[in-house]
Formats: sequence, C-alpha cells, structure tokens
Amino acid sequence: MSMGAEHQITAGFMPLFDSAVLVAAGELGFAAREGIDLTLHRETSWANIRDRIAIGHFHLAHMLGPMPLACNLGLTPLASETIVPFSLGLGGNCVTISNAVWAGMTAHGAAPDLDPARAGAALGALIRERAAAGHDPLRFAVVHPHSGHNYELRYWLAACGIDPTLEIEIVIVPPPFMADALATGRIDGYCVGEPWNSAAVAAGTGHIVTVKAQIWRNSPEKVIGVRKAWAEQSPEALAALLRALHHSARWCQDPANHGELANVMAQPGFLGLPPAVQMPILTGHLRLGGGAELDIDDFFLPFDKAANFPWKSHALWFYTQMVRWGHVAHTPENLAIARDCYRPDLYRSALKPLGVALPGANSKVEGALRVATAVGATGAGLVLGPDGFFDGQIFDPDEIDAYIAAQKSARAEA
Amino acid sequence: MVRSSLAVLVIDENRIRASIIEAGLREAGHERVTVIHDVTGIARRIAEIEPDVIVIDLENPNRDMLENMFQLSRAVKRPIAMFVDRSDQASIEAAVDAGVSAYVVDGLRQERVKPILDMAVSRFNAFSRMARELEEARSELESRKVIDRAKGILMKSRGLTEEAAYTLLRKTAMNQNRKIGDIAQSLVTAAGLLGPAEDE
Repeated sequence: MSMGAEHQITAGFMPLFDSAVLVAAGELGFAAREGIDLTLHRETSWANIRDRIAIGHFHLAHMLGPMPLACNLGLTPLASETIVPFSLGLGGNCVTISNAVWAGMTAHGAAPDLDPARAGAALGALIRERAAAGHDPLRFAVVHPHSGHNYELRYWLAACGIDPTLEIEIVIVPPPFMADALATGRIDGYCVGEPWNSAAVAAGTGHIVTVKAQIWRNSPEKVIGVRKAWAEQSPEALAALLRALHHSARWCQDPANHGELANVMAQPGFLGLPPAVQMPILTGHLRLGGGAELDIDDFFLPFDKAANFPWKSHALWFYTQMVRWGHVAHTPENLAIARDCYRPDLYRSALKPLGVALPGANSKVEGALRVATAVGATGAGLVLGPDGFFDGQIFDPDEIDAYIAAQKSARAEA
Repeated sequence: MVRSSLAVLVIDENRIRASIIEAGLREAGHERVTVIHDVTGIARRIAEIEPDVIVIDLENPNRDMLENMFQLSRAVKRPIAMFVDRSDQASIEAAVDAGVSAYVVDGLRQERVKPILDMAVSRFNAFSRMARELEEARSELESRKVIDRAKGILMKSRGLTEEAAYTLLRKTAMNQNRKIGDIAQSLVTAAGLLGPAEDE
C-alpha cells in the first residue's frame, strides 16, 4: 500500500479462482505500478457485492457476467447502474453429477468423454425413465439465477431436448457447499466453477459429465462490474486499473507463473484452498471420477484469445437467455439497456497506449469460428476462438429477434 | 406498542447475536419471533411461519439462495422483497455497515418495518462492539503476559530491577514508534532463538 498513490480504488471479490486477475493485480504490484492503491474486500455472497456497489462501498467488483445486466434491467433489489469494461476470463465451469445419476446415465450410453451431446442424450433418457417410474425430478444447483452457470446449464439441457423448467428442478447453492450438498443427496447435480467440481471427484461423490468449454467454446464467465457513477467521475483511475488488470491477466496466463499464482490464491484472505486443488483449472487437466482423466482445450483462459475484451455479443447472448427463461421481457428498451452494459470502448481507450492487440469490432457472431483464427485488429496479431456452441447453433447479435423467436418455438414444439 | 403483531424471522448462524436480536424484538413488543441458525429446509419453515419480516446477517453465504427463493412464488406463499426504503439511503447504508439485511412481504408499509430494521441494526452494532471489546481485552491480556516474560529476560540477563526493565522496554518502544507489546514479543522471540535456557 503506497500512501502517495494517485488513485484509491476499493474492490469486492468472491473467494473463487476466477477472481485471480483482480487479486494478482493487487498482490503482485500491477496496480501499484499504475499508481493505484487497490484495496480488496472478500465477500460471502453476490447479494453483498451488489449491495456494497449500490451504496458506494465498492467502486467495482468481481461479478458474474449477467449480474450487471440484471442490475441495469431492474431485476434485483438495490440495483445501481453497473458497467463492464473488462472480462476476467473465458470458461472454467463444469457440470458435476452424483454417482447414482452417473450410474443411471452410463446405462443409457454415457461415457467419460465430456461430450455434451452424448451426456445430454443419456441424461434425457434417464430423466424420462425416472418420470415413467414416478420418481421426483432430479434437482440441479447453480450459484445464482443471473449467472453463466444457470444459462449454460439450461442451454445444454434444452439443446438435448430436456426442459430445464419442467423436467428438472434448479436451486441455488453457494459454491463451497455444492460438493457437500451432492454427497448428502440434497442435490443430484450442479454447475459451478472450479475447484468445486474436482472437489466432489476427489471425495469420490461425483462425476464431471461436461464442461463449459465444450458447451460453448471460449465463452464468457466473470467480469469486472463498475459502478457507472464512479466510472464517469474517475475515468483516469478506471483506465489505470484496466491497464493493471491487463498486465495481471497476461501474468496469470503464463504457465511459468502458475505455481506462484496458486500460492497467492491459497492465502486465507483470498481463495484459502491448497495450491494443489487449483491445478485443474490452471492446467485444464481434469479427473472426471471413476479413474477417467482428460485434458481440455481452452478450459479456462484468463488472458489468451482476447479473454479480457468485454464483447457486446457476450452481454447480448446473456440477455437472450434472460428472455428465454422468463427473467426479463424482450422490449426495445431492455435490449438497449443490455446493449449499453458492456463497454469495449472503455477497454480500448485504456489499453490503446500500450500498443497491444485490440479487436476492431465490439461484437462478433458467436459460434462462427470453428477453429482458432487470426483476426484483424489494431496493434500486434490477435487470435480468437474457436467459439462454437456444441449444438452448432450460431448467435448473430444483429439477428436477436430471430434467435429469441427460434428458441421460443423450439420449446413450444417440444 | 405494536398494533397487530408482525411475525419476524431472524436468520443468523451466530447464536449469541441471534438471541440478542430476539430479546430486543421481544422487548419492543414483538411476540412472534422465530430464530433459525441453519438454513437447511428453510423453504418449509418459511411456509409454516409465514413471516412478515425476515432479518438476515450479511455474513451468511446463503443470501443468494434465499433471495432466489423469495422471488419464486411457488417456493413461498407470499412474495417477499428486500426492504429498500428509497427515500432513506442512510438507513440502507447503516444496515449494510452493521452487517444486516431485511426482507418483507409484499404490501407491508415501510413505517411498520423500519423500527424492526433499526432495532436489528442497533443490536448488530452492539454485538460487534461487544465482540471487539472482548478481542481487545484478550489481546491486552496476551500482551501483558509477553511484557512480563520480556521483563524477566531483561532482569536476568542484564541484572535490572523490574522497574528498570519495564522502563527500558517502554523507552525502546517510544524510540522505535512501536507498541510495547511488540517490542516485548521481539525480545521474547530473540531470546528463544539465542538460547532457550535463558527463557526458563
């Protein structure tokens, strides 16, 4: 903490691994080098983060990607206008199920290969078998209604012909309690970030059946949510912070630093878990349960593939899923709010002086890149994608009405 | 004092703090107060109790689960919303500062809920103050023990009287702009490293 720092910034975070870029910015001096005295506050719920942003305790915070949209769309109490000038990474989540459900799925052709289509087909068959036998619906947990976890779990199930609102139950459980809730049978499966999937596998109480990185390659997860009023009052402080986060993210991505990063995150004030349990997210090497192991491409990216760029198409995809599951009505006003929430312009103007690769567009057609592709960008070369959905669907942010309508009619026909 | 009594549910994993709040609510004339420490099976409890006001501590990691439950009409009979008095930003800040939040059933008038939230805030603050004082007293005691040991080391190794040993510790602390307890701790640690026999 330097007394003479030019900018004082207070930020909140949840003890999850994907707060690493923000934590490392403070702990490894990237913030200080930009003249920022960064104070980090560990929180216990996303509701607390939302409340403290709203009353001005925090200037910004580690947030679930759809959370700032939910705030701006008035879906939460104590909402305050929140913008997203930086993304904290791509991927990182898994879907984990109980041993009993896995046994049922393997009887219907599931294999330990993480293939979302195959796992979904087996789960669908099991769900119909259970329904025919008069069993209660399976209960899945996610961390928050307005989360990437909730929307990707629902997307995966729906694409496999399972109606997530009628054929299963979805409840909210805080991440650290997931593995325990699964072990005691209070839930049958969950979608959460690491290390809470590997935790159930290590305990012998769960199987990882698929991962975010395969449901939607290189898809958005956590972001930096900034109180808009503060961003407008303090543009220089925000730009300095975005540069610090950029340097921090680059450092976090480098495998040479993974050991040190895991040690920083292991401190009780941050994640507070041993470095060894953080390795799966850093290496992408997962144990799936029952002795199976797999290396997953692009499992979690804190920096590569323009991971920090706040694509408007990411925000708009979250918006379409909020509409799809009845969280918000699709109106021109709401769409405009969703369109204005993520701020690539602020990212670009803050990082321009560094001469780094910056995407030229604010949005991309999600699912269009089948392979990693070098794209036109200012500065040095930039590689994006692949960014495909597992079911081969394309999300074109210029065709939102059609996308929403297609998902609605697919459900009506089912 | 209270017209028709409101049903209040207090959710707090800290049993001592929960009982302090419960006592406060009862003193204020609220007869129907229920305290829950563990949120397992809370949907059923809420259906049974039908609370008008729910008070919850902000340390509770289950807040996201509860808020989601309150928003699903099939989980609770009556819609429950966060108590947000838009005209009174200061009271929201006071609640968050104190570490407490309140949810109320739809349609309940602000002026009936505000005294309950104010009560919870003041009791939360009183509890924090008490916990802080307890911690200070404990660390005071610890530091007094360390100072006694440091004095003993100085008396033995430099042949000082107890008073002279204490004066030396205090002077060193003043010169270095540190607490006397910290200086004593350094001395005890150093003595332990240099010769364990010295300490005994």
